[in-house]
Amino acid sequence: MGTRRISVTVDGVAYSDDVEPRTLLVHYLRERLGKTGTVVGCDTSNCGACTVHLDGRSVKSCSVLAVQVDGSDVTTIEGLAQNGELHPVQQAFHENHGLQCGYCTPGMIMQSVDLLKDNPDPSDEEIREGLEGNLCRCTGYQNIVKSVKAAAKAGSVSAGVAGGAA
Amino acid sequence: MTAVDETTGAKEFGQSRRRKEDARLITGRTKWTDNIVLPGMAHLAMVRSPVASGTIASIDVADAKTSPGVLGVWTGADLDAEQGDLPCAWAVTPDMKHPRRPAVAAGRVKFAGEIVAVIAARSAAEARDAADKVIVDYDDLPVVLDMNEAIKEGTPLVHEELGTNVNATWIFDSGEAGTGGNVDEAIAAAHADPDSLVIERTFRQQRLVPAFMEPRSTVVDPTGEQLTVWSATQVPHIARFLLAVVLGISESKVRFIAPDVGGGFGGKIHLSPEEVATVLIARKLGKPVKYTETRSESIQSAHHGRDQIQKITLSAKKDGTVTGLKVDLLADMGAYLGLVTPGVPILGAFMYNAIYKIPAYQFKCVNVFTNKVLTDAYRGAGRPEATYAIERMMDTLANELGVDPLALREKNWIKHEEFPFTSVCGLTYDSGNYEAATSRAVELFDYEGLRREQAERRARKDPIQLGIGISTFTEMCGLAPSRVLGSLNYGAGGWEYSAIRMLPTGKVEVLTGASAHGQGHETAFSQIVADQLGVPFEDVEILHGDTQITHKGLDTYGSRSLVVGGIAIVKAAEKVIEKAKPIAAHLLEANVADIEFDSGKFSVAGTDKGVTIQEVALATFAAHNYPEGIEPSIDADATFDPENFSYPHGTHLCATEIDTETGKVTIRKYVCVDDIGTVVNPLIAEGQVHGGLAQGIAQALWEEARHDESGTLTTATFVDYTLPTAADMPFFTTDMTETASTSNPLGVKGVGEAGTIASTPAVINAVVDALRPWGIDDIQMPTTAQRVWKAIQGKEFDASVGAKDTRDGSHEAAPGNGAPLWSGNESGGAQ
Ligand code: FES
Ligand code: FES
Repeated sequence: MGTRRISVTVDGVAYSDDVEPRTLLVHYLRERLGKTGTVVGCDTSNCGACTVHLDGRSVKSCSVLAVQVDGSDVTTIEGLAQNGELHPVQQAFHENHGLQCGYCTPGMIMQSVDLLKDNPDPSDEEIREGLEGNLCRCTGYQNIVKSVKAAAKAGSVSAGVAGGAA
Repeated sequence: MTAVDETTGAKEFGQSRRRKEDARLITGRTKWTDNIVLPGMAHLAMVRSPVASGTIASIDVADAKTSPGVLGVWTGADLDAEQGDLPCAWAVTPDMKHPRRPAVAAGRVKFAGEIVAVIAARSAAEARDAADKVIVDYDDLPVVLDMNEAIKEGTPLVHEELGTNVNATWIFDSGEAGTGGNVDEAIAAAHADPDSLVIERTFRQQRLVPAFMEPRSTVVDPTGEQLTVWSATQVPHIARFLLAVVLGISESKVRFIAPDVGGGFGGKIHLSPEEVATVLIARKLGKPVKYTETRSESIQSAHHGRDQIQKITLSAKKDGTVTGLKVDLLADMGAYLGLVTPGVPILGAFMYNAIYKIPAYQFKCVNVFTNKVLTDAYRGAGRPEATYAIERMMDTLANELGVDPLALREKNWIKHEEFPFTSVCGLTYDSGNYEAATSRAVELFDYEGLRREQAERRARKDPIQLGIGISTFTEMCGLAPSRVLGSLNYGAGGWEYSAIRMLPTGKVEVLTGASAHGQGHETAFSQIVADQLGVPFEDVEILHGDTQITHKGLDTYGSRSLVVGGIAIVKAAEKVIEKAKPIAAHLLEANVADIEFDSGKFSVAGTDKGVTIQEVALATFAAHNYPEGIEPSIDADATFDPENFSYPHGTHLCATEIDTETGKVTIRKYVCVDDIGTVVNPLIAEGQVHGGLAQGIAQALWEEARHDESGTLTTATFVDYTLPTAADMPFFTTDMTETASTSNPLGVKGVGEAGTIASTPAVINAVVDALRPWGIDDIQMPTTAQRVWKAIQGKEFDASVGAKDTRDGSHEAAPGNGAPLWSGNESGGAQ
C-alpha cells in the first residue's frame, strides 16, 4: 500500500511522517506519536472520546484521516497544560469531580475547551447541547456540566470553583 | 479518645477530597491496556459468526494466511484441544445444566458474534484486513430467541447435548425456609376475603448493554513459563485463578494486571473468550500479543444484563396491608454461562420484599438458554429487577385501592425503631430510617405542589401531562459474607484483603484486593488510612490491580469495595498499630500497657512523652533498638470477611412530563435522598449516585438490546444502542441521610449500585402515573416516544382517574376519592 508524507505539528512539536492514506488521525496520534491520551471509544463516530483540536477547532480524530491534517496544527489532551499549569478546564474537571473512570475525559475536556471558546458564558442547557457528541457512562453528566460552568466562571472572574446545587 | 497532638489536622472522614487519580486522567497520562506497546508485539483480530445458531460447514483461511503482515490464523478446531472450558462460578442448583463454553467455537456456533477464528498480524489493521479474508460456510440451525418458547416441549435446543433449554430452576419459599408464611395460602385467603385483593402483573426487563466506555483490551507477554496479562478487567484476581484452572497452568506462573480501567459496571467481571484466545496465541507465538475489541464487537459479544420476564402476584388487605408476594421469573442466560450468569436473578431473590413487612413470600426463577450473547452482572445485578417489580406493584396497589402511593408504602415499610429487622427472606437489615429519607425527599421535591399541578393539568386536559413516580428502595450489597455465598453454592468467598507497608520515610503503602475502575479508591482509601494511622492523606499510596503486588483479593463488584475492602484496610491498620506499640514502648522506655495511640502518635498515658508512627517506622527499619522477642516490622495484613450484607436505602421521586401529542417523555424533576450510612467522601459518593441514576433512567427511557428474528443484534453500535447524552439527562437533586450501619466499624454502606437500582421504577411509575387518565396501568420499557404515543391512541381521557392526594389533603382535586394521605412525619418517627 502506498504511503504519503505529512507534516503536522502536534502539541507544539513538528513531525514529518509517511502514513497510509487510510490511517485515521486517532491511530496516527496513538500508534505513531504515542499520544495515547487520546482514546478510541467507538467505531461509528458517536462517542467523542477521540476529540482533539485541529487548527483550534474540536474534531473527532476517528473521523479525520491523517493525510487530511498535512500542514495543520493539532492539540491533544497532552498539549493542553502549559508550563506545568493545568488548563482551567482540566482544573475545573478535577475540582468538580467531572470524571470517574476518565475514559471520556480527554474528549470531554477538549470539547469543553472548544465550547467555551465559542460561548464563554454558557447556560447549563448550552453546555449539555454542546457536549452532545461526547458520551460518558460514569458521571450522569451533572458534574461535567458543573465543571464546564466552573471553568467558564474561572475564565471570566478568575475565580476558583463554582458552587452549585447538590 | 482524646487527641494527643492537635497539629495532625482535621479528620479525613467525611471530607470531599478531590481525587488523587485525576492527575493522570485529566492530562492524558492514563495507562489503559490498549496503550501498552511491547517490543515485537503482535496484534489479534477475531473472526466472528454472523449466524446465531449453526454448524460450521467449512472455514477457508488460505487467503487470510497470505495476507500482508499475518503471523498466523487459528480456527476453533486448531485450538480446541488446549482451550479448555470457560468457567461459571455459580452452580445455583446441584442439577444445573452447564454447557461447555469454548473461547473459540469449534464446529457449532450458538450466538451471533461468537469467535470462530483468530488472526495474528504485525499490526491491528493488518489483522483486521486478514480477518475479512476468512471465508466461513455455515449450515443454519433453528434459532431460539423467545424465553417462553424456549421452555416449551418440542422447541429446538440451544445445546442439544443438554436435552433442555432450562438451565436451572431455583426456588425460595418463606414457608419452607421457616422465615415467613406460605404464600399460596396467603393468596388463597385474599381471594376468599371480600376485604382483600390480589393483583397480578407481568413486567419485562429488557436486555441492556453495560457499555463501559473503554472497550476491553488484553495484552499478554509470555516469558518462558511465566505469563504477564494486562487486561481491562474488574477482576484481576479472579481472572488469574480462572485462567490457571481453564488452561491447566500453575496460578503462580500468571501475573494478572488491571491497569487503569475505563468503567465496568459488571461488564468486565469475567475471564473472557478474548482473554483466553490472546493467551493461547501469545504462547504459540512466544511473543507479546494484544487484542482490543471494537465497540461493535463489544456490544455483540461482551455480556449483556437484565433480560427477565417477571410475573408478580401480590395479595393485600383493602386497608393497604400487603399479605403475600409471589415472584415467577424467566431469566435469559443467553447461549452460555459466564462467571455468575445463573446467579444474577438470585441476587434479586432476597430483595423483592424490599423495605416492606411482607409476611409470606415465594420466589421461583427458571433460567433459560437462548441463542443470544450471554447475560451476566450489570450494575445492580438482580436487585434493579427486584426493586422495579415491587415498586411498580406498590404503585399499582395504591392505584387499585385509590390511596396515595407514599402512604401505602409507609403503611407497609419497616419503621426505624424496628431495626435490626429480619426480613421474610431471613436477612437481617441492620439499620435504616425510611421515614427520614422519605421526609427529606418529599420536602426537596415539593411533592404537594407537584401533585397539585398534576391535578390542574389533568383537569384542563393539558397537552403536557405530569406524572409523579416513587421508589423507596433498599438493596443488599457489599458482596458478601463468605458463608452465605457458600450456602448459595457460589464457587468462592466474599472476603477482601489488605496489607499496609510502613516505609522508612514514614510514607505508607496500602495494598488492596479491590481494584478500581473509576470509583476513586485511591482517594477514599487514602482518607481512611490517614485517619486510622494519623498520617497525612498525601503520604498514603494505594496499590491495587496487580496480582504480584496484591497477591490476594476478590476484586470490585456488588458495591463491596468500601464495606468489605475498606474494612480490611481498617483491620490491617489496627494490626500495624498493635505491632508498633511494643516498639514505641521500647523507644519511650515505658510499659506497653501504658501506650496510647491517637492521631498518629504513641504516647505514655499521663505524660507528654510520645513518638510518632513515622518515627516508629524509621526506628523499625533501622532495627537498632527494638524489644527482644519480636520481629523488626510493623507491616501488617488483614483478610476481612463480613458477617452481613450492607443495606443502603433511599427514597427517589421523579416527575415526568409527557407530551401527549408526540409521546415524548421528559424528566422534569428528579430528587433522591439516599442513606448509605456514614460517608467517607461526599463528593465521590454523590458522583456514584449520579452515574447510577443515569444508568437506571436510561433503562426506563432509552436503552434496549434488540435482535431480529434470525438472532442478529440490531443494536450493535452506538448509533442504534442509544446511550443518553448530556442533553438527554436531567439535573438531579441529591441528598443523603446518614443512618450508620451497625455491621462494620466505620458505619458505611455500599453506594455503587444504589442509583441504578432505585431510579428505573421511579421513572416508570412517573410515566404510568401521567398516563393513568387514559386507563393505562403499565407500559413496557424503554418508554420511547413512539411507545407512549401508541399507548394513548384511541383511548378515552378520564381526568378523574389516578392519584391526586397531597400530604395535608387540602388540595384534593377529585372529590369522592377517599384516600388516606401521606403523613410525612418530618421527625422521622413512626406513625
Ligand atoms: S472514537 Fe468514538 S467518536 Fe471517535
Ligand atoms: S468518566 Fe467514565 S466514561 Fe466518563
